[in-house]
Order: sequence, then C-alpha cells, then structure tokens
Amino acid sequence: MRIELEKRRNVSKLFGFVSPLLALLLTLSAGAIMFLFLGKAPLDSLYALLVEPLFDPWSLNELARKAGPLILIAVGLSVCYRSNNWNIGAEGQYSVGAIFGSIIPVYFYGWSSPMVLPLMLLMGAIGGGLFAAIPALLKTHFNTNEILTSLMLTYMAQLLLDWITRGPWRNPDGHGFYGTRDFTPDQTLPPIWDDAISAHWGFIFAVIAAILIWFMMRYTLKGFEVVVLGHSERAGRFAGFSPKKMVWFAFILSGALAGLAGISEVSGSVGHLQPDISPGYGFTAIIVAYLGRLNPLGIIASGLVLALTYIGGEAAQLSIGVSEKVTRVFQGFLLFFVLSCDTLITYQIRIVWSRVRRKAGATA
Amino acid sequence: MSSSDEPHADALLSIRKLTKLFGSFAACNEINLDIQPGEIHALLGENGAGKSTLVKMLFGVLEPTTGQIIWEGNPVSISSPRSARHLGVGMVFQHFSLFEALTVAENIALSLDDRIPIAKIAEETVALSQAYGLPLDPHAQVADLSVGERQRIEIVRVLLQNPKLIILDEPTSVLTPQEADRLFETLFKLRAEGRSVLYISHRLEEVQRICDRATVLRHGKVTGACEPRQETTGSLARMMVGSDVASIRHDDRREKGKIQLEIAGLSAPARTPFAISLKDVSLRVRTGEILAIAGVAGNGQGELFDVISGEFPVPVDDLIDICGEMIGTQGINARRLLGAGFVPEERHGHAAVTGMSLSDNLVLARSQSDAKAFLGGGFLNIIRRGVVKQAAKRISAEMDVRKSGEDPNAGSLSGGNLQKFIVGRELDRQPTVLVVNQPTWGVDAGAASRIRQAIVDLARNGSAVLVISQDLDEIFEVATDIAVISDGRLSAAYPAREMTREKIGLLMGGTHGTTTEAEPAHAH
Repeated sequence: MRIELEKRRNVSKLFGFVSPLLALLLTLSAGAIMFLFLGKAPLDSLYALLVEPLFDPWSLNELARKAGPLILIAVGLSVCYRSNNWNIGAEGQYSVGAIFGSIIPVYFYGWSSPMVLPLMLLMGAIGGGLFAAIPALLKTHFNTNEILTSLMLTYMAQLLLDWITRGPWRNPDGHGFYGTRDFTPDQTLPPIWDDAISAHWGFIFAVIAAILIWFMMRYTLKGFEVVVLGHSERAGRFAGFSPKKMVWFAFILSGALAGLAGISEVSGSVGHLQPDISPGYGFTAIIVAYLGRLNPLGIIASGLVLALTYIGGEAAQLSIGVSEKVTRVFQGFLLFFVLSCDTLITYQIRIVWSRVRRKAGATA
Repeated sequence: MSSSDEPHADALLSIRKLTKLFGSFAACNEINLDIQPGEIHALLGENGAGKSTLVKMLFGVLEPTTGQIIWEGNPVSISSPRSARHLGVGMVFQHFSLFEALTVAENIALSLDDRIPIAKIAEETVALSQAYGLPLDPHAQVADLSVGERQRIEIVRVLLQNPKLIILDEPTSVLTPQEADRLFETLFKLRAEGRSVLYISHRLEEVQRICDRATVLRHGKVTGACEPRQETTGSLARMMVGSDVASIRHDDRREKGKIQLEIAGLSAPARTPFAISLKDVSLRVRTGEILAIAGVAGNGQGELFDVISGEFPVPVDDLIDICGEMIGTQGINARRLLGAGFVPEERHGHAAVTGMSLSDNLVLARSQSDAKAFLGGGFLNIIRRGVVKQAAKRISAEMDVRKSGEDPNAGSLSGGNLQKFIVGRELDRQPTVLVVNQPTWGVDAGAASRIRQAIVDLARNGSAVLVISQDLDEIFEVATDIAVISDGRLSAAYPAREMTREKIGLLMGGTHGTTTEAEPAHAH
C-alpha cells in the first residue's frame, strides 16, 4: 500500500480563499482537544488564550509590539520565498541586526543627537542584510543549499550575541546581569503615540514595509521579476533577469528587514542588548508568511494572529496554569494545518492498495 | 461501419459514445472507434482535438464521463495505467520519462510493476531488441543515447508487457528519416504478429504510408473514419482542420541582403555533463533569408540557441554579430534592443510561465524592448497592465490564438495556441532578426501552417530568420538555406533547392565539409 498525492484538476477558488480560515478553525479544534487532555475546560481555556487579551488595552499594545517584528520579518521572507530562495535564517539576521544597531549605543554612549536613532536603525538593517548575504554568496558561488547554510548561521549569530553581551559589551555596572548598558532616550525607539498607544514604532515600520513590498510585488517590474524567477529560472533568464542577482536581492532585502526588526525590538522594547532578545520571531515569521499566503497585506493579519498566540500564551500561564510551551504547540498546529489545507486544496490523497488493484485489473 | 453504435464483433477494442467532460466543456464527445486485431490505426487531429484525452481514457489516466470501452467483446472500466497494462494496452508517450543517469535496463526495471532482477531484464531487452529490430545496449547510460534510442527504450518497456494494443503518441516527431523508417519496420513486425497499434500523428504522409485505417478527430468529435491510402493528404487535412490547410507561399527571387546575424568560429564548453559543447560554429543570415538548421534532437540545438539569444553569453564580443553590433558578451535584452527576437523550444517554463497570464507572458519577453510603452512611473518601473493587455489582445487576434477567457493563464492554452502566442509576441515587434528553436514542435497542423507562413512573411518583409528544427518537412517548407548540426558542429549552409533529405541525413550522421556536390550558400 502506498499513499499518493494527485494534483486536482479543478482547484476550488472558494477553498483557496477560505483555506487560512479553515486552518485557524482546525487549530482551535486541535487546541481544544489538547486542553481536554490537560484536564482544562477547553472553551474557557481557548477564551483565556485567544480572546481575553483583545479586551485589555495593555495587551493590545503588547500585541502590536509582538506583531511588529513578526510582520517585518515575514514580509521580507515572502519576497524570498516567492523568488524560490529559502531563507530559514531570519532569526540569525534579526540577532545580527540587533548587534549592529547596538554599536552606536555601546561605543558612542554619550552621543546625543536626533541622528542617533535613524543611524541605529540603518545599522541594524545593514547588519541583517550583510549577515543574509553570506548564504547568498555561498549559494551563488558554490551552489550551496541555502536552507542549510542560513539555518546553521542562525546558531552562529545567537552564540555571537550571547558571547558579546556576556563578554566585551557587558555593562560594568550590571550587578551580575548580562547585557549592555541601558539605552539613553536618544537611543530608544519611542512609543507611537506617547501615552495613548505605548507600543513602539516598530509596528508602524512593519505596516509601512508591508505596504511598500505589496506595491512592489503587485505593480512593479521588480515584483514581476521576483515571481517569474520563482516560477522558473529558465523563463527568468529568457526575460533577461539574472537568477544570481535575485538570490542577492531576496536575501539582502529579507535580511535587512529582519535586522531592522532586531534593532527595533532591542531599542523599543528591551532597552538594551542582552543574550535573549527573541521568543523565536525569526522562525515564527515563517508561519506568518505562509499563513498570510506570502501576500504582504495578508501577512499583516497573520502577524497579528501569531502575536496573539504569544500574548495569550503568557496570559494563560497565570489564568489557566499551563506551560508557556502552549504557545509553541499552537504555532505548530497552525503551521501544520495551514500547509495541509493548502496542499489538500491543490492535491488529493489517493491510497493505492496495490495487491487488490492488481486482482481487479486481472479480472476486469 | 465504425459509425454504427453496435460494437464490432471481432474488434480488439471498441469505443462507443465515449465522452469526457471538463466542467461543461466536452473534450471528447460521443466518440466511436474500432480497432481490429493486427492493424495500424491512425488517430489524426489537431492539438486540442481530443486525441490526448481519448488516449488517456484508454490508458486509465482519465476516467470517462459516459460511454463504453469494450475490450475483446467485454465492457471494461480501465481505472489506472496498471489495469490498462494488465488488459494488454501499452503506451509510448511523446515525452519520454527516463532517468538520464541510469542505464537502459535500470530504466526499464523502474517501469515494471513486478520486481525482476536487472540481469533478467537486460537479457529480455536484448532478446526483444533483436526480434523487433530495435538495437539497444541494456547497459548503456541513457544520457549517452540519441533520441531514437531513447524511444526504443520506451518501446521495449511496453513490449515487455506483451501488449495486444500499443499506443504511440507522435513517435516520429523526434526522429531522423532513417530512424523513422526503422520504427515503421518494427511496427510492421508487430502488426504481423497480430498486435494492434494506435498511431497518433499529424503527419499525413506518414499516416498514409503505414496506417491501415484512420479515425480523424476535430473539436472532440469524430469527423472521419477512412482508409488513409484511399485519401489524399488534402482530404485528410480537411477532415482534420475543417478547411483547406494553406500551403506555404514562397518567394525565391530575392536580392542578397545585408548580413544581420553572424557567428564566427564560436566554440562553447558544455555547461552540464549532459549538455553538448559547441565546436567552431559559424553562420550568417542576411535580410530576407531563412536559414534552417536541421539536426536530430540533442546535438547542440538548445546550446546554440542559448548563446545566440544571450541567455548564456560568450566571453568574447566578436563571436556574435547582431545587426552590425558585436554583442557576444551581452545579455538577451541588449540583443532584443538591437532588434532581435527569440522563440525558445520549450514553451512551458522557458518561453512562457504557465502559471502566469498571457499579458504577463508578454511582459516576460518585452519588458525592455517595449519599456516605453509597457512601463511607467520612472525608476519604479510600474507595469502598465492596461497597455500590456491591449497588446496581448492584438497579438491573440493577429495570430488567431484560441483561448478560454480574456487573459487566461498560459498553461490553460493548448500547445498550438500557446506557440502561436509566443511566436506572435515576437512578430508583433517586427524584429530585424528572429531566432526560433523548433517553431512547431508538438503543434497541430493548422497552427503549424500559420506559424510557418508568418515566418516566411517576416523574411519576405526584410528580416533575417534563423530556424532550428528537427522537422524536415518544415525545413523544406520555409527555408531558403539549410545547414545541419551534429554533435555541436554546424555544417556549411546550402541553398534549400540544392538540398535533399538524403544529404541532410548524411550530414546528420556527421559527415562534414567533405561534400562538394553543392556550393555552400555563402562561400567567399
């Protein structure tokens, strides 16, 4: 017996559209079953996890803080994936962006100028872009598989961050805590609207990036180039597009956005550089990109959904007493169901019982 | 006889009112067909006529919507290729499914339902290939084999199953005349053994030569059942396309024009282990000329196209001259801007992206050459979809591209219609130089005739055209001059009227430069 995936002849447009919603529904059902096994009331737990945070202004701000980096990274990844380049290392580019952006606060601590913050953000983007250029270089020159290299580089970036914040950049007055000195107000990304909206500008950057990339993909020749090369390298070459340049473009763009997310998070939320600056944004952004169907506007929505699982997970620790690992499980469910729904909409499963069929064929 | 709805008593296979609906579209509409034991039966029709759909139903790939398949007098339902094989139906597909890195015997082993040791397969392969005149070394690596030999693997694969009915889909489209003759002898042997052959083709001469009976399809319906030897090619073509196929009008009186495309002593190494290196290739095409390059597939045609188009430029400018500019190192768009147009062999994923609309596929080839019209917004390069759609519409109308909607995906068009669009996309620019690789490969007679006429007209209006083709009928129809490529070497070009099939056949075998029977067209 074997299981085959067969391409469907007629792909339903309607289901193509509702697929992400269907995936959400299935995630909720699977989550309810999980809570049942944990001995919690399923509906109440889901409510506490995913609905309650929406009624709390503090949580809403927190939602924007978490959604910001997710959207920013996922938008870059969507360009990468649509061009058929598989950057799995956004987490590392995020970390290196945070390190690069922190060079100014660390080495020019006393420098006070309105230029400080823009320069930090720029440095962050450059750092992420440069770090993403490594797998691009390896792919274009040595034909290395970028999935492996970009993923492995993530671990290097995390170790670099760990070492630099515990070693050379450690705050001498940190009383045993690891991390750099706290950033000055000049070095801090401000809230969007002083007291009313305390979430920092990272979210705004994310929305602007999403709109710009959406425009690029939908209307410009560059976006067309991305899609053509993603479909077929040969056709791209025929159009006069360079597959190699596209590798560089996709990696550097997504790396720069991840780097910008990294420095925004450090400057806006954490307040200093420390070993732990991400609850896995770089990896969760892959789910965000796919749940948003690689469409930047869809990614804004899916980024908010995934951010909710983070907030809900934190809240659920207190309110229903489950481990924060619940967040990871939910994200896993979501990715699994998104990919399965998308697959089953274009393909159908056929189970081939070879023995039985052979008999049927012989007697027919 | 075959129009009656009663199944034929002694037929091997009878099809009655077989219908396949895709949505509301009937790809096959109440088709009746009888195949007798021991006959070669032709299935004729344009692309999109329903030939492939019909054959796929017979081979268990598609399920009929309604109708009956009667095999040796019993109604059957064929649910999969496997059950088709068990009934005794074998199929040789137009596009081979072989692994280049494996040997002949290993490839055959992969296709068998049962586990049989490779050594035994090799033995049987040798036995079969001797019995049927299909010389084949079971231990040769497929990558090293010619297209003809690869086809023999597919045929041996089928014969190993001891089939009663063998379906061949456009088998000669990739063969040299000599290889085709050899295939026909094999088919005659099979017929003599009482096996039946369903022979799908659009080459009328061939069908007349080898087929006992023919069924003609058009728009999913049977439009004729006849004995092809009693018909003329004209009457067969009428049944196929519903009207007379325009024969190509040629104009042989012409002035020697200006050289628009010149390649001088170009060599290029093979890019992959399975590619062909180009060896000292020289050619010249002048205004008004159509230089056709004949040759069996896999002799460097694709590689030659890649360097001329600039998809893979060469390291020296001087090697390639387009419209008087030395542009060997430059890319495809620089060459387009000089007035060149290109049509690659592969429609899907090279000339066109199947998942994108026709208008997007227009941008694909002309984003730079028509940047003024197609792009706006300064450095943003915003694609003007409205303008592009109008242009795509104009091209579709000009080339009679039949499509399902206003701007459908390229993949939804039949091969012939997509090819008309791809050729029309270049012709619409009135290119000074047009380079076409296999202009009508896998294209139906109506579309092929239209494309060829368009190529001839373009040259007559003062363009230089280079056609790379495996189809000798096509070459003799359009070419003013003919050269032959073999193992990456290009022969001298000879005027078409001095060329014969035999001579091309010899050049295909690689006898270069020794012949003095005809003056090279551009001897200087």
